Amino acid sequence: MIGAGPAGLCATIAARDMGAHVTLVDSQDRPGGQLVKQTHKFFGSRGQFAGKRGIDIARLLAERIENDPLVEIMLDATVVGFYDDGALGIEKNDALTFLKPERVVCATGASERMLAFPNNDLPGVYGAGAVQTLMNVYGVRPGKAVLMVGAGNIGLIVSYQLMQAGVDVVAVVEAMPQVGGYDVHARKIQRAGVPILTSHTVKAVHGTQVVEGATIWSLDGSFRPIPGTERYFEVDTVCLAVGLTPLSDLLWQAGCKMAYVPELGGHVALRNEDYETSRPGLFVAGDLAGIEEASSAMIEGTIAGLSAAWSLGYSAADCELRLAAARAQLEALRRGPKREKVRSGIDELMQLGREAGIVA
Amino acid sequence: MGGFIAGYFLLGRVSASVMTDSRITSHPILEFKEGRRVRFTFDGRELEGYEGEPVAAALHACGVRVLGESPKLRRPRGFFCAIGNCSSCLMTVDGRPNVRVCREKLREGMRVTTQRGKGVLLAND
Repeated sequence: MIGAGPAGLCATIAARDMGAHVTLVDSQDRPGGQLVKQTHKFFGSRGQFAGKRGIDIARLLAERIENDPLVEIMLDATVVGFYDDGALGIEKNDALTFLKPERVVCATGASERMLAFPNNDLPGVYGAGAVQTLMNVYGVRPGKAVLMVGAGNIGLIVSYQLMQAGVDVVAVVEAMPQVGGYDVHARKIQRAGVPILTSHTVKAVHGTQVVEGATIWSLDGSFRPIPGTERYFEVDTVCLAVGLTPLSDLLWQAGCKMAYVPELGGHVALRNEDYETSRPGLFVAGDLAGIEEASSAMIEGTIAGLSAAWSLGYSAADCELRLAAARAQLEALRRGPKREKVRSGIDELMQLGREAGIVA
Repeated sequence: MGGFIAGYFLLGRVSASVMTDSRITSHPILEFKEGRRVRFTFDGRELEGYEGEPVAAALHACGVRVLGESPKLRRPRGFFCAIGNCSSCLMTVDGRPNVRVCREKLREGMRVTTQRGKGVLLAND
């Protein structure tokens, strides 16, 4: 299992439950992936820990595999190579080791997208995930006054977390004419007095060594900026929450058939219903399989873990039941208008998979 | 030049060995278990942080946001992803260049310096 986030942890638990021996590798020093900085309570069903905070979910999942004779956990270890013969190169403590597993579940997650505007490289322009890491894991405020860019769930949630940490959020700007995230998150920060400016984007960030301010402007119906609508904010931090893109380097190395599906965040691997890619024995799960959220990542991990172990001949009495339940939960999670984009992306991916003979 | 400006900026904002108010001391949900306080140097200036936290976090808490400069245009660089993916935070640590300080854990007596250019691997041999 490559990646100990929500998908990788659930894949490990599932494969272990089937009796498979699992090595779980992660580049960070603790399991949990990005859950370790999610202080908000999750929605969804009880199977995916609804009502619990991400930080607690990370701990609960990790506890289920710690000290398990079937599971070896390698932390501070980065998979840097996927070789033709199926061997993985793993860097740990400046040394390279190799491992040749019979099955691989790749759950490397995603990286944050950039946005093009003058001075977007100045210190103080930080990814939303970085801001969360700094304040929620290490207890350091990213700045005194923040302009949030993006009103998807991440932008809204991190805005609220910034306020909880005592940081002033001057505004949230969103290029789309409507808020992308859940209304409940949007209302929470609006009630606290933070304006959410839809149809707005960053014109430029100002400063010579670090961020000293930012100018925003309005966008028309075709996303063209409207001159004369500029507004200046004195901020020391500009937080980018403008989407994620799958961290697919290893899949390219492995020679997986890839497709560019914007609705899923960029390049994703073609895969079947069991999340197996065009390379037999290599499975994907979580944001790497298509950008969604932690709840769906956990279910995808379960499906991939069960399927990987099953394909090796491992079995468990409840295996088919668990698989069916997981598929049903995933479908339920993806209902509703806010998930339309993901649904159409997956439909496209499955169609491409059928054309390539990967999906039956 | 970039270093001069960075140094000037820092001196204006921070006095040595003082942790600024950017540390979160009370939070509605989280409790932060701080490690042992340790001393380290940043470009020769003595600073303090908590043992085991990332060097970038310790520097940020001391008001240091400029961690380096881009090799070609010498633009100031800070951290961006904070999880070891983006390489925006490369610094020289105890003489070793290209260390991702968002992942490197702070130790007592660490020498952290701003990296110029792409770094020299075998300078002292």
